[in-house]
Amino acid sequence: MKRHVLGQDLRFWLLAIVVMLVAQGIFFLGDRDIPIFNLVGGPFAKRVIISACTISIVSLGLNLIYGFNGQFSLGQWGFYALGAYAAADVTYRWNIGDASGLVFVVLVVALLAVTYGLIGRLIRRSFGFMDEMSKFTLYLIGTAMAVVVSLILTRLLHGVVGAIFGILPATLSMQLVFLIATLAAAGLAAVFSYLFGQPVLKLGGDYFGIASWGLTMVMFVLANNADRVFPEMKGSRGMIGIPVVTDWPWAYLFLVLVALTMRNLLDSSHGRAVISIREDETAAKAMGIDTTQYKTLAFVIGSFFAGLAGSLYAHQEGFLHPSTFNFIKSFDPLIIIVFGGLGSITGTIVASFGWAMVLFYILPSILPAGGEGWRFVVYPLALLLIMLLRQQGLLGGTEWGFLKPTRWSLAKKLQSQTKATEKAADAQAGAGVLPPEVAR
Amino acid sequence: MTMVLRMASLNKYFGGLRACCDFDLTLEEGELQGLIGPNGAGKTTVFNMVTGLYAVSSGSIEYYGRNIVGVPPHEITQMGIARTFQNIRLFPNLSVLDNVRIAYHFHAGYGVSDSIWRSGHFSDKERELTERTQEFLAVFNLHTRQDEIARNLPYGEQRRLEIARALAAEPKLLLLDEPAAGMNPAEVGSLMELIHFIRDRFKLTILLIEHQMRLVMSICERITVMDFGEVIARGTPNEIQNHPKVIEAYLGRTAALRGAPLAG
Amino acid sequence: MQRVATWRRKGLGRLFLWGLAALAAYVLIRNLVTNPTLFFQQVINGLQLGFVYALISLGYTMVYGIVRLINFAHGDIFMVGAFVSFYAISRFQLNQVPAQIVGGLSSNISAFLGTILVIILSMLTCSALATTVERVAYKPLRNAPRIAALITAIGVSFFLEYFAALEFVFTSDYINYQRPFPVQVWDIRGVKISNIMLIIVVTAIIFLVILQQIVRRTKIGKAMRATSYDTPTARLMGINVDGVITFTFALGAALAGAGSVLYAIAYPQLIVFMGILPGLKAFVAAVLGGIGSIPGAFIGSLIMGQAEVLSAGYLSTTLRDAIAFTILILVLLVRPQGLFGEPEGEKV
Repeated sequence: MKRHVLGQDLRFWLLAIVVMLVAQGIFFLGDRDIPIFNLVGGPFAKRVIISACTISIVSLGLNLIYGFNGQFSLGQWGFYALGAYAAADVTYRWNIGDASGLVFVVLVVALLAVTYGLIGRLIRRSFGFMDEMSKFTLYLIGTAMAVVVSLILTRLLHGVVGAIFGILPATLSMQLVFLIATLAAAGLAAVFSYLFGQPVLKLGGDYFGIASWGLTMVMFVLANNADRVFPEMKGSRGMIGIPVVTDWPWAYLFLVLVALTMRNLLDSSHGRAVISIREDETAAKAMGIDTTQYKTLAFVIGSFFAGLAGSLYAHQEGFLHPSTFNFIKSFDPLIIIVFGGLGSITGTIVASFGWAMVLFYILPSILPAGGEGWRFVVYPLALLLIMLLRQQGLLGGTEWGFLKPTRWSLAKKLQSQTKATEKAADAQAGAGVLPPEVAR
Repeated sequence: MTMVLRMASLNKYFGGLRACCDFDLTLEEGELQGLIGPNGAGKTTVFNMVTGLYAVSSGSIEYYGRNIVGVPPHEITQMGIARTFQNIRLFPNLSVLDNVRIAYHFHAGYGVSDSIWRSGHFSDKERELTERTQEFLAVFNLHTRQDEIARNLPYGEQRRLEIARALAAEPKLLLLDEPAAGMNPAEVGSLMELIHFIRDRFKLTILLIEHQMRLVMSICERITVMDFGEVIARGTPNEIQNHPKVIEAYLGRTAALRGAPLAG
Repeated sequence: MQRVATWRRKGLGRLFLWGLAALAAYVLIRNLVTNPTLFFQQVINGLQLGFVYALISLGYTMVYGIVRLINFAHGDIFMVGAFVSFYAISRFQLNQVPAQIVGGLSSNISAFLGTILVIILSMLTCSALATTVERVAYKPLRNAPRIAALITAIGVSFFLEYFAALEFVFTSDYINYQRPFPVQVWDIRGVKISNIMLIIVVTAIIFLVILQQIVRRTKIGKAMRATSYDTPTARLMGINVDGVITFTFALGAALAGAGSVLYAIAYPQLIVFMGILPGLKAFVAAVLGGIGSIPGAFIGSLIMGQAEVLSAGYLSTTLRDAIAFTILILVLLVRPQGLFGEPEGEKV
């Protein structure tokens, strides 16, 4: 029976690798300027694909929160910004020979995770039921302590860590630092979303949306003023000099991992608990589901993805500007998941690629030269048109192929039993366990 | 006999409105008790307080001797109190199978990381869970419909599925909120059979809110009658049918004076 | 015993919130004592801003109250209103029309009448635009999931901004606004009060009173309240719900139109994106006051104006928006339904 699950995953991985190889081939040819391939495989196409992967990852996170869990979050763009700036700062500092960013972010994420775990246990053990604001205060105190401790530890450790990583060849260590920075930035977004979610998730409905959107706005303002604390981020002038590391295999790998993680999570008892909250929160509670816990779970994982995507984005161009994280752009993931279909992983990925195509290829090609200004006139019109014509999105909650939930085949014993009951029902005997009247 | 549920001087205020007023009720193990009363008498409010969906204003609810006031709803369910809703509350866009599997959630026995890594433990447990659900659905003759989306089921089957889902949470006490609402007499008949059947098979204690007198009078052993949030009468079905206060609450004062018994 | 238990459950959170409030009060009082003139000047500036927000936030709150839609295009309708008034004044000298028609008017009265003319023109344009938007974009989605309408609203907002940015429509550059009347400033013991400030306050109050009368006294107002309370039942009672919704959009847009002229007079620089931030803050103000409540939107806007100006003055100029949104989050935590809103209890 284990083979069944593994088999599905195996096929998933095979497909993923095949896609990767094909894409690599196309890019290989594209780089050599071979006709046709240079169109679909040139550096520009690579950029489009990386953008699509990045936006897919944020959108998948949002779909987990909104499409599957039913919590209307506009805060994902804020976590995306957080991830982008955090990861960019780590690699930027690394690039100028300073390991402090790396050490600090990793330490703070680890310490915060441990602290939150301990505080959660403390609350359950000795306080019993505590209101959200008090919990939040406790967590806030814990956060402050963890940050101070990590600052001190960073002072002590960063020289040593720098030296250890220094042994590796420069290109390898850069990739390694990028990987660690990406995961740490995602972790930072996750722990921060946990802190934020403590009091805010209980709001529910539109109010949660508005509060989380407030978070996005705060992040935007902070990004604009980041240079006060971190001079290298240069605030509203935009951060430059971030090492360009995100090549398309990275983006692709992370997208595959994220999609698989989401499918595996959702196709389990925990995933069904997450979905049940979207379906009917009261009924979910009455069925013994700890709704607060599962809302937090979805929100934290979704924000983890947002932070991850932020790091990928930051290392794609080597340049970060606060205007990327403004109010207007924050709706992109929302638009994508609604187009792709709320509650569909496949739909989100397809829609993300479609979105990138439209924005980078189709709009520029149908608009006359110099018609740059028209791009965002046509885009919202297309938006309106699709909303009017197909409100449930492209795929509307269905999945393709490997992203479908597992179907557990019936055990032998039950199969025969089922057949027996069906036969009996056919024979109008109304057999089975229920009395005939009930069985009707 | 063990006392399953004991509510004492229970009050619930909505702003200035007192929805439930010094309510008390006891439920013995294995009992099937009816809770009746005119619309707006506060019956569902009682259910909501027992299941933790509403905060109790004052008073106590003891479940097997433990005070459960202030315990969050999901923990109450995990302690063994399950319920159905007056206006069926299934998970409408999920399959019949998933509706019941969600109720089994507490017994899944694997963590979030197990499900993400797809560990062997996960697949064992998940398969076991699914098989148990399918067997369970077979008991309710819903197994042939397991892949159907819940909202597409006919009304009677939705009711049956909701009861099945509540039972999948493995309760010791089942609260049924107007299970016969919107059913025709034939359907009510089979519902009665179903309630008897599940009580015997799952060794349940049942508290039942119902408007259909025929159902209540024929299957309940004891009945508590509420009006305006207060208990106005309690006793066996026979005693209740002729209780003047009950007749007054349902039919008005003159009927009570004429001594008309409630329909049997 | 009960109190001890309550303290264990809620005490820490309360302590935290009271601590924050005490900190804010301390900052304010210290500044009031050290430099009262500056403090009162800030309060006056905050009032001016708050009253403009009030005019915008009423549109948000009414529309949300009736169709449960966050009408993101509202801020852009506000922008269009400002541009229309700009063209009316700078191109067509609409503010001088009264003087041309009636000779011998004193310049003050002429400017006053001209300004009213410009405001009315702006209001009408905004109403017409909002009605069109409602008919074209929102009405077909009335029975769709709410998210579809929300995305449509975002789309309309983008469209208005970028369409207006095209060279043959408005422009994508900053424009300097020409005021329809000269500015006068009075100095009361160091606190400067301008005629702009007075006009804004008076106009906003007049509009609020008119609006309250419409909602309270007229038939359409009653229909609005009924629709807001329970749309399907209102429809069953024979209320023309679509008409009411259109009217609400038009009314809200008219107020935003008036607000846009006043805003442009007070802060005379225009750009096609100028509607976004005031729109957002007005929306925040509506949420603060309790979305769906007209007095709530008004009070919320005044608080928002003060919060913004005072935090810019005493805490940080660049972080003022962050502070405004942090206040929003805090208020939502303490009172999700806002100051004047009705809590939405879930029926089980």
